[in-house]
Amino acid sequence: MPSKKSPTDRSPPLPKVRTGIMGLDEITGGGLPAGRPTLVAGSAGAGKTMLAVEFIVRGATQFGEPGVFMMFEENAEELTANVRSLGFDLDKLVAQKKIVLDYVRIERSEIEETGEYDLEGLFIRLGHAIDSIKAKRVVLDTLEALFSGLPNHAILRAELRRLFRWLKDRGMTAIITGEAGEKTITRYGLEEYVADCVIALDHRVNEQISTRRLRVVKYRGSVHGTNEYPFLIGDHGLSVLPITSLRLDHKASPQRVSLGVPALDEMLGGKGVYRGSSVLVSGASGTGKTTIGATFIDAACRRGERCLLFAYEESPSQIIRNMRSVGINLGRWIDQGLLEIHSSRPTLQGLEQHLVMMHDVVASFHPSVVVVDPISNLTLEENESQIKPTLMRLIDFLKQQQITTLFASLTHGESNSLEVSQVGVSSLTDTWLLLRNVEFDGERNRTLYVLKARGIAHSNQVREFLLSRDGVDLVEVYRGAKGVLIGSARIAQLASETKTKKR
Amino acid sequence: MSTKKKSARRDEPAFQLRLYVAGQTTKSLGAFANLKRICETHLAGQYSIEVIDLLKNPQLAAGDQILAVPTLVRRLPQPIKKIIGDLSNEDRVLVGLDVVPVKTA
Repeated sequence: MPSKKSPTDRSPPLPKVRTGIMGLDEITGGGLPAGRPTLVAGSAGAGKTMLAVEFIVRGATQFGEPGVFMMFEENAEELTANVRSLGFDLDKLVAQKKIVLDYVRIERSEIEETGEYDLEGLFIRLGHAIDSIKAKRVVLDTLEALFSGLPNHAILRAELRRLFRWLKDRGMTAIITGEAGEKTITRYGLEEYVADCVIALDHRVNEQISTRRLRVVKYRGSVHGTNEYPFLIGDHGLSVLPITSLRLDHKASPQRVSLGVPALDEMLGGKGVYRGSSVLVSGASGTGKTTIGATFIDAACRRGERCLLFAYEESPSQIIRNMRSVGINLGRWIDQGLLEIHSSRPTLQGLEQHLVMMHDVVASFHPSVVVVDPISNLTLEENESQIKPTLMRLIDFLKQQQITTLFASLTHGESNSLEVSQVGVSSLTDTWLLLRNVEFDGERNRTLYVLKARGIAHSNQVREFLLSRDGVDLVEVYRGAKGVLIGSARIAQLASETKTKKR
Repeated sequence: MSTKKKSARRDEPAFQLRLYVAGQTTKSLGAFANLKRICETHLAGQYSIEVIDLLKNPQLAAGDQILAVPTLVRRLPQPIKKIIGDLSNEDRVLVGLDVVPVKTA
């Protein structure tokens, strides 16, 4: 698409520079303020340096904006080694003259102070680095080292003010990182000098699971998301998960997909669910959620579609063995490369981390069907307010890829509470199948009904849900003078009726 | 032995000093004048001063890790020492250079 704007387009009030960091540009409505400094504050290990490095690297590689990375804490070799895990090859970029790494070492013990001075040396050095590659981006990581290195803070503060003015005058889009303070945003109050944009990073551990969070504290002259957004540092750099910025604009396919059980498709208007929609299967333990998921996968693989199964309770070989008992052979689909099973304990790495893993797997495998079994395991350690946005993000992502998804969800408790599916997932999904155990006359039977199916004329009836060596089937329950009968009561009733008819 | 020999030679004085400045400012001129006076008083015949103007040679700032100007760097004897400022306080300069002051009446 041509990037030329039509004259009717109002130009944005504040020019912005895209960082290229996944999600951050969405939260900030287009990136960081162009030609101005942005302060990134956070405690040790919050990811300040990573964010700054990615800003420089993406600028140099994706947006044709060379950058200067001036570091005060670690040297160029250490930094290069540290970010290699993110796939950033700083050495190469330096050789290509796309970035400059400058390590400024300040050793308090080596420095004696006598009389007036200024920081012109730093300016000259930075200016020289900028000129040498015609840089457009600058990172200063972290300026606070100056406070411990130079005893005269009065001079330092005056010079910092001049530095930020100078960066603005030179039109540099800059990131300045700062250590988080106890009462102020940064320990030495750097926010006093950077008035345009302040981003706070946070790394906290809750219930033994760590999450990183990012918040735009301030963005002068621009609308921005004010929430705390979870972010993570993965194999490809930072990824912020902006939930509210995602628009509901995925395409709705008119195509229908079979769930693999003819009688179930029959309940859903005879054709199954829409392609690209999401299906929630909830029920207590032992109601047959996993089997429904496996049946769905089996049907999709038979059509030659690729499937992904994320299993949180059983290992792949256990699933394959167990499904064989109901006549479903998943092993052959794996052999044919149509199915991948990823078994893990998502709570071990934290939900967001896990989500990114799912993202990566989905992006590389290109499935048309994804089954998550059970989604309630994702919620184990997190509280609901935290998980809902994350799930929303996952569901939206899958929908955008036109992937039909089936989420199994384990519900606790008995009858009445069953409809209260966990984490309000039900409002995010399009079709909701409810599985129930009904205990009656000394036996336990499975029943299934469709609680909702968006855009599908679905049956309102309860079906008896049968698991046999031949797979899943649904049988109509008996409705007669004696009420609703299922299980052997139904069979007995039917048998006696046939008998009566024969007579 | 070798250090003695070096200090004896005229072209390699014991104290090799480098003064980094940025242009001909009052601070840099003052620093040079102060340095010259202190050296003549306490280090006569044992020093050399090299003045580097960073405005002319900005690439030299990184080598000696210069941030502040004026900065005086004692290159020799080891270890490297730095004094920032206009060198107006003679006692502190001497402490910074690790020089025993010559008693003057």
